Amino acid sequence: MMARARLATVWLDGCSGCHMSFLDLDEVLLDLAARVDLVYSPLVDAKTFPEDVDVTLVEGAVSSSEDLEKIQHIRRHTRRLIALGDCAVTGNVPSMRNMYPVSAVLARAYTDTAQIPGTPRDAVPALLPVVRPVHLVVPVDVVLPGCPPPAALIKEVLLAVLDGTTPNLKARFG
Amino acid sequence: MVTTFKINEMDVSAGEGETILDVARQHHIHVPTLCHLEGLTPVGACRLCLVEVKGSAALVPACVTRAAEGMEISTDSERLQRYRRMIVEMLFAEGNHICAVCVSNGHCELQALAGDLGMTHSRLGFLYRQKRIDASHYRFAIDHNRCVLCTRCVRVCDEIEGAHTWDVMGRGIQSQVITDLAQPWGSSSTCTNCGKCINACPTGALFKKSKAVGEMEKDTHFLGYIRTMREVK
Repeated sequence: MMARARLATVWLDGCSGCHMSFLDLDEVLLDLAARVDLVYSPLVDAKTFPEDVDVTLVEGAVSSSEDLEKIQHIRRHTRRLIALGDCAVTGNVPSMRNMYPVSAVLARAYTDTAQIPGTPRDAVPALLPVVRPVHLVVPVDVVLPGCPPPAALIKEVLLAVLDGTTPNLKARFG
Repeated sequence: MVTTFKINEMDVSAGEGETILDVARQHHIHVPTLCHLEGLTPVGACRLCLVEVKGSAALVPACVTRAAEGMEISTDSERLQRYRRMIVEMLFAEGNHICAVCVSNGHCELQALAGDLGMTHSRLGFLYRQKRIDASHYRFAIDHNRCVLCTRCVRVCDEIEGAHTWDVMGRGIQSQVITDLAQPWGSSSTCTNCGKCINACPTGALFKKSKAVGEMEKDTHFLGYIRTMREVK
């Protein structure tokens, strides 16, 4: 029997829509479950990213100090990294703040428009000066754009990567 | 006078005044375009329709080039595909094109081009320049973040509507389309509120107010209709 692949999914600065689209694989999830162990994901209970992962799907852009640490750690421990969806691939909506300095973004959210002003400092990770797509932070093996990418495309790409082939995808932004 | 030449090794002929792009389209040979719009004067601004001419190192834009007798044109080489993909990547890098939240999502020529040309991500990154939105017009708005400077709005307003409300200001990366003398659109004394610019715009840069994400579909059929009516003597 073929060794079961170790699959992980992570959620950086995104809306979880890509994970929803992943769940839209419906009955294909059963076939997938027969081939992979889901070792880390917002969908399972693991708290730390394991040492040795075959394939990781990354949803979301790299926006905070925590995202940066996570993606660097994940890259070190993942054989094939897939940037899943427009936030991971282009920066998408999270990157719209890049036109403004972080101080202005925080002021808008926590001072100008807040009923009880107060910028969180210690309890949450610091925002990076610029939101970046994953491939501009660490090397990415496969990019899959879309907001979200349709389930059929996720299936095609994931199965190709699990089979060790390079998917030839017809995808578009948005 | 008829000119005979080859496109992708197929024998073709061009009538008086016909460009390489005209002839390619007559033969259903796909050449990608963005600034070109049937019925408006071609300007060769976007460079997506660049084609190769055998024996010449320079690439020529098919939309503004007339074939010479015996020319051998190639429209789809690996080099051209590479250049076209790079052009589209640069358009994405220079603007702020967030397809997912754009009024033209799913109906945008730039978005479709990126898909067709196999641009799955930007190798260049993005500039994230602050650009304006002018929503001072009572029916329409322009979001410069999504403008690719194709000048289709400028040409349709000048050549078809005859108002010449739109023009281009600035040079290089500072270039932008303007209404009148860079005044708010809503205060324009020349705009006839006809909406031709909205329909000519290939992206979501020009749109009707009250359109939500993905709702702004453009229709350029009026151009052929108006042209036909004006040619009838």
